[in-house]
Amino acid sequence: MRSNLVTNLLVLTLAFTSGFIIMSIELLGGRILAPYFGSSIYVWGSIITVFMVSLSVGYLTGGRLSVHNPSLVRYGGFFVVAALTLTPTIVFGNAMMDAVFARVIDPRYGSLLASSLLFFVPTAVLGMIAPYSVRLMVQTTEHSGRIAGGLYFVSTLGSALGTLATSFYLVLWFEVNQILWTMFTVLMMGGLVAFTTGRLRETA
Amino acid sequence: MTTITRSLFLVALVLTFSAPTFARDIHQEKSLYRNIVVRESFSRRCLVFAVKRGDRNQTCMDLRNPRKLVFPYVRMSLGGLLLVPEPRRILMLGLGGGSIPMTLSALYPEARIDVVEIDEAVVRVAKQFFQYRETDNMKVTVADARVFVKRAILRDQQYDFVILDAFTGDYIPEHLMTVEFLAEIKEILDDDGVLVANTFSTSALYDHESETYKAAFGTFFNFTMPITGNRVVIASENGLPDDKTIKARAAELQPELERYDVRIMNYPRHMSRGQDWNHNKRVLTDQYSPANLLRGDIY
Repeated sequence: MRSNLVTNLLVLTLAFTSGFIIMSIELLGGRILAPYFGSSIYVWGSIITVFMVSLSVGYLTGGRLSVHNPSLVRYGGFFVVAALTLTPTIVFGNAMMDAVFARVIDPRYGSLLASSLLFFVPTAVLGMIAPYSVRLMVQTTEHSGRIAGGLYFVSTLGSALGTLATSFYLVLWFEVNQILWTMFTVLMMGGLVAFTTGRLRETA
Repeated sequence: MTTITRSLFLVALVLTFSAPTFARDIHQEKSLYRNIVVRESFSRRCLVFAVKRGDRNQTCMDLRNPRKLVFPYVRMSLGGLLLVPEPRRILMLGLGGGSIPMTLSALYPEARIDVVEIDEAVVRVAKQFFQYRETDNMKVTVADARVFVKRAILRDQQYDFVILDAFTGDYIPEHLMTVEFLAEIKEILDDDGVLVANTFSTSALYDHESETYKAAFGTFFNFTMPITGNRVVIASENGLPDDKTIKARAAELQPELERYDVRIMNYPRHMSRGQDWNHNKRVLTDQYSPANLLRGDIY
């Protein structure tokens, strides 16, 4: 019972964190693309489209992966992979956008392609966390709806806070890459905590 | 009271209370980027980017004398001519009512002028209401200024006179105020080319922006006049000419500019090389560019 409580709190915290980070990255996406494609409505259209599609792919994949032997260890792995797939965006983002800019003249499709390259993979991995969280917390069918609702609540609240914090304050205090590296670190730490907790659970 | 006196009284009453609203909106439209209003009062027609709190006139035209440049900052933009008296390739970022490019086109019909405007509706309105006309040598492109400049670099295009007039006062496109953008502008400027930027003179943004221009260009002319809250930055890659040269050019240019109501003779003494801002403020970069937040003085 006690270990369940620990798991649930951990999963809720991490779901909140991933919700926060997804929206923070999405908002920074506008910043990252602007020097190459402007900040017009179609640039935001590209970013939001890519995030929606990659999240939907992530939900599907995360749900599939949750069927067999769901574990905190693998859950932690998602966070680590998300962090790792974010690094090319931070390190090679400009090089990738240079390449796209040179090949695609229309800034609508340029921004769509660039945001796919920069954000599709990390966002899809982050999307896998939500359905997997449900699986880790659900014990009985009758509670499944309530638990899913609670998780949506927490992760969407995280998204709201990530949006607000990033657009009101983080961009005023820090550089874009400083924020992204912080996200990287938080994801890594979250992953390690889940991983360690899972391992301890397995050996106990 | 007779009917006549009563009606006169009514007319007077109406006139009294409607005096400030004599302005008449002759055109209104919602574009992708803003609300555009064309407002006429007496002999003046203005392009207004409407917001609830304090509308901003972008360009005004004197209907009796359309050539006259009504706004101080528009006239001040011609201060760049003191560095490049005979521009051949001009790039204008931000069209507004089109008074600057029209003036330059009239002064230098041989010069090739590229105008970049993000908002198609502004181009339409400039043509319909502000006598803006394209010529064989003057074309307008609907595009984001940063994207246009980046493409110009790829095409190896060069300009000797670049005017940045993309800040409406309500909203700053933040990617047009970073040191990387200025570096890109330097790439399309030829050796003696000049950048003229119409920007702000107030709020914390002044310090940040000034530091940014300094980082990109070194010393620049900070051109302010008591009649306007705008300031015009005049910068050049290869340093600034000395005062004597500037004054001599002003004297040469004055007769030509007279009919546009531009007193360029007076400009040199308002163009300062001094650095009157706080040097501890961060340079704006693509990584750090919260220009709109800094402008609000909210932190």
